Amino acid sequence: MSGTSDTYLGMPAFPAAARDAVRNETLRENLRHATHTIRDKRAKAVAELDDWALLRAAGRDVKERTLRHLDHYLLQLEESVTAAGGTVHWAADAGEANRIVTALVKQTGQSEVVKVKSMATQEIGLNEALEAEGIRAYETDLAELIVQLGDDRPSHILVPAIHRNRGEIRDIFAQRMGSWGRPALAGLSDDPAELAEAARVHLREKFLRAKVGISGANFMVAETGTLVVVESEGNGRMCLTLPETLISVVGIEKVVPTWQDLEVFLQTLPRSSTAERMNPYTSMWTGTTDSDGPRTFHLVLLDNGRTDTLADEVGRQALRCIRCSACLNVCPVYERAGGHAYGSVYPGPIGAILSPQLRGTGSDVDASLPYASSLCGACYDVCPVAIDIPEVLVHLRERVVEGGEVTRNGERVTIKPAKGHTAERAAMRAARWVLDHPGALRAGQRLASRTRRLHPKRLPGPGRAWTDTRALPEVPAESFRDWWQRTRGGAR
Amino acid sequence: MNGSVSGGASSSRERVLARVRRALADVPRDERPRDVGVERGYLRVHGDRTAEQTVDLLAENLADYRALVHRVDAAGLPRLLKRLLAAHGSRSVLVPPGLPSEWLAAADPAVVPDREADTAYELDTVDSVVTGCAVAIAETGTIVLDGGPDQGRRRITLVPDHHICVVRVPDQVVRSVPQALERLDPGRPQTWISGPSATSDIELNRVEGVHGPRTLEVILVGGGSERQAPSVR
Repeated sequence: MSGTSDTYLGMPAFPAAARDAVRNETLRENLRHATHTIRDKRAKAVAELDDWALLRAAGRDVKERTLRHLDHYLLQLEESVTAAGGTVHWAADAGEANRIVTALVKQTGQSEVVKVKSMATQEIGLNEALEAEGIRAYETDLAELIVQLGDDRPSHILVPAIHRNRGEIRDIFAQRMGSWGRPALAGLSDDPAELAEAARVHLREKFLRAKVGISGANFMVAETGTLVVVESEGNGRMCLTLPETLISVVGIEKVVPTWQDLEVFLQTLPRSSTAERMNPYTSMWTGTTDSDGPRTFHLVLLDNGRTDTLADEVGRQALRCIRCSACLNVCPVYERAGGHAYGSVYPGPIGAILSPQLRGTGSDVDASLPYASSLCGACYDVCPVAIDIPEVLVHLRERVVEGGEVTRNGERVTIKPAKGHTAERAAMRAARWVLDHPGALRAGQRLASRTRRLHPKRLPGPGRAWTDTRALPEVPAESFRDWWQRTRGGAR
Repeated sequence: MNGSVSGGASSSRERVLARVRRALADVPRDERPRDVGVERGYLRVHGDRTAEQTVDLLAENLADYRALVHRVDAAGLPRLLKRLLAAHGSRSVLVPPGLPSEWLAAADPAVVPDREADTAYELDTVDSVVTGCAVAIAETGTIVLDGGPDQGRRRITLVPDHHICVVRVPDQVVRSVPQALERLDPGRPQTWISGPSATSDIELNRVEGVHGPRTLEVILVGGGSERQAPSVR
């Protein structure tokens, strides 16, 4: 399967992957505390704006306009970025993006790069690809640093180390910083301020000597060629302004048409994401600027399954996502299962609709993701670009069970129904036949009524799991249809 | 541009664009981008405030995100800067090329002009930096720098640990994000700053001061005499 980091290949299906997390009480407590805290703060931040619903609708409309005319806006963006002194590259899949970036880094003669937190580069497994070519990539976001030093995986879009508590972080810093650069001072405590200070000292030497920076972007403005990175810590500013060469890897769906469009997202993103009026730092740059910031700027536009997602008229709305993570923080399933069970860099409700579309539903984990939801709809309510996640989940469930025509790597293909849904499909087919044949339905109902004393309390075979947690309905002594024929609804 | 980097560059470009067009087969051929309506019914500004109330709101929101806010009239600015730099214990202060020289006339620290040849390591030895700004946004408590002559390169407000930013009120203050974008030139590199750097990555405890300046002081220069802005909690 091209276009995915092999980190996630061979992941078990969601229920199996979630089992450990659900039994881990520390993790569940961390997650519950974290998601509830951010959830409540977000509600307050959003309530400050009387026009929230209108901003949300405008955000949805802007993204919809962009997606319906994506070719037009990508060409306009390419032209603006090039005119401003940048170079634009196109990557059809992860492998190609990694080759482009690796070659660009090698051209500079450097063997290390500093990175801004970027979902796109995680998605394509860029760090591993660089490592294989002898280039070391240093993550500089505090949580990404925790994840990298701990040889771990991120579990949340916004707070990737949400599954770690302060004691674990202290241990990771004390034991691992030395092998990545400046070691932590002896006697490091688990006080968050002291841990942040340790990260500041550890990373500063890397920032000051960095010659190459790698980033993603939150937005790209087609009209002006401006890229926008929204952050809190300042590591983004360091990577975007100190190196001589900047390489940004950005999904093609991150483009917005005009400069004015930013007025919507710069209001909705911070409040939805960190529940702030505005995040501490936002950087905007257009190509290169004499004497200020990198002298060389490369933009790598990434497809990697996005055009396949775009080809699905129901599912394409997932590409509106601005990666705010509000849907994770209100999701009852995410809160209990945590991020790792989703088997992708995109966890939670958005991950459940994005991963199976970017990667297809061929693997166990991707086929199970559309089911990793109770369809409660809380994610749709908080989404700042109004992605109807439940609608897409149901749509993808149908695709998993029924199979059918989809686009993979730009080609229309017909996929087979996924394994494991045979019993369900057989039952549905039988039900359809019975409901089409009234005589058979009547005979079946009478048989069920006469034998109802003999019915088991639990289903055998594949139905057993279902009745483990549910009671079977009681079969009445007489079917409604027989009762109606006998009494005409009580008239006789 | 070095064409050797991606031998298949042009073919990938065509491939991705062709995939996009095929994916959008359902979009009517004669539909233009602007035919897809964007409902811009949202507000240009929130609430109803006088210019003075807008400046008060800016001060309040800056303080809410842990910036230290001061208010002073133009005549008192050099004295205030001298006092703040002394209080921080600064021995050197970095200045962008177009910073009015009278601002730091009274200050004790050595004034270090920003030179293009300076490395990041040299910036790292400076104690403080003083700049102006392009615009400030009251509703969000945000200061925007766009590399103007009194602001200098992006890196100078990033590496030193102490940033003092001077905002002329009320003329540099706008109420909202939409108003700020109207005033700004997209062609200039911009840094939007809302309080000192922060992280909530460790158990969601907010910690101020990760990589950017750990102390951000904002001086609102306008009419009125020097006073500490009411800090809000």
